[in-house]
Amino acid sequence: MSERQPVPFRGGGFAPAPRRVLPWVVFAVLIALWQAASNTGLLPPLFMPSPLSVVKALVALWQDGTLVGHVTASLGRIIPGWLIGTAAGLAVGLAMGIFSAARAAGIPIVSALFPIPKIALLPLLILWFGIGEPSKIATIALGVFFPTTISAYTACDSVPRNLIRMGQSFGLPARDIVAKILLPGAMPGILAGFRISASVALLLVVAAEMIGAQQGIGAFVLTAGSLMQTDQLLAGVVMLSMLGLLIAWGLGMLERAWLKWR
Amino acid sequence: MPLHVERVSHQYGPVAALDSIDLDIADGETVALIGPSGCGKSTLLGILGGLLQPTAGRVSLSGKPPADSLNPFTYVFQDFALLPWRTVEANVALALEHRLSTAERRERVAAALALTGLADFAAAYPKQLSGGMRQRVGIARALVVRPAVLLLDEPLSALDAQTRELLMEDLLRIWARERSTRVYVTHNLEEAARLADRVVVLSRRPGRIREIVRIDAPVSERAAIIPEMQRKLWALIRDEAATADREVQGV
Repeated sequence: MSERQPVPFRGGGFAPAPRRVLPWVVFAVLIALWQAASNTGLLPPLFMPSPLSVVKALVALWQDGTLVGHVTASLGRIIPGWLIGTAAGLAVGLAMGIFSAARAAGIPIVSALFPIPKIALLPLLILWFGIGEPSKIATIALGVFFPTTISAYTACDSVPRNLIRMGQSFGLPARDIVAKILLPGAMPGILAGFRISASVALLLVVAAEMIGAQQGIGAFVLTAGSLMQTDQLLAGVVMLSMLGLLIAWGLGMLERAWLKWR
Repeated sequence: MPLHVERVSHQYGPVAALDSIDLDIADGETVALIGPSGCGKSTLLGILGGLLQPTAGRVSLSGKPPADSLNPFTYVFQDFALLPWRTVEANVALALEHRLSTAERRERVAAALALTGLADFAAAYPKQLSGGMRQRVGIARALVVRPAVLLLDEPLSALDAQTRELLMEDLLRIWARERSTRVYVTHNLEEAARLADRVVVLSRRPGRIREIVRIDAPVSERAAIIPEMQRKLWALIRDEAATADREVQGV
């Protein structure tokens, strides 16, 4: 009992702390290593072009309008496909969230069709709609429809029941309970579903364009590969990455605007 | 308004929750419901406000609720049940929106916010408020519809002891200025002894009325008798509470 022993600290670590610079440093170091490996001849340019040549290809393709044409073509499929799939998915998913009959009818069908990789249906959709745009848009819409349906009805389920009971106890009409409690409460889940469906749309547009298209980023990447223009191929991939980031950023803005209350 | 409970029983499947409850509550009276856990007090409150359909028996009101009462049976919930995406003001206005004009609504909401001490918090969101302030929003939302019967389901249970003390003072102050009939479910005997005119003690499952304890002193002059009342109420439920505590729940 004579000597005072300090209590050793052992509560550190594991808590995520903000590191603003580190991600950029890691990114820059990786790119620099890649560039160095290309410069020293460690990476053969045919199989793995240097970052610099990819950037050069990207700038050149952008300036001569090639890339703009392909991006426009891809967006011309993603946007209508995503909008159609989302509208239909929200309609069906919310109906399943609100009405037990719609849920009972919908769940087996949705569960059976959701796991099908939708790109496998493209040949069938080509038979139905022809080789042109409608079959690609339909593939994307179909791919977007299922995750949207599922996220919409699970989002309805995640609205705390006590809030619905509160609405009922105050005598709110059913349409008010839906519009003022259920829908706003389901909004976070629906918006989270948009992130998933947007990535599905991006995946499917590339796959569909690789199967049968002259224009579009998927077609461009495929052609560049056949011609062994790997710098152009990677430029197309970088473009896809930027498109994905742009969509995520837009959805992030939407969430911040609509879900201020969180 | 006088409220009558006649031979109300309730079953959850094979489990009897309430057995033939008979109770008359006078106009403007505050009745507390206490009992060991699982005695069906929250079930009874749900039946009183029409949120649960009793298996047998009925609940009725003497006479018609006043015309300005927009929701005669109104709850205050244990977990507040506020809409997190609405401001304090919009939460309080929720039940008025489909019935009143904007001007009337604004007037009523402002009065309810002033009465509950929320006037400065009208534009805040629930997550910005302490538990006590959140329950004040719940109380304001209930008062704004001018209920004939106010049904409080363990309204202070989610709050810490100090906040609970403050809210009890608030409730007494508000109730001195407002004439509703009140049913107050709690497991806190001090709340029952301080706030109620009568305390209904329910027995364990299936809930039956075991005893009704009248507290004669007016609420403002109770400080001296509260400890004694608490002891008396505790003596009535202690053994059953101990049994309930040792019960293994079905899987």
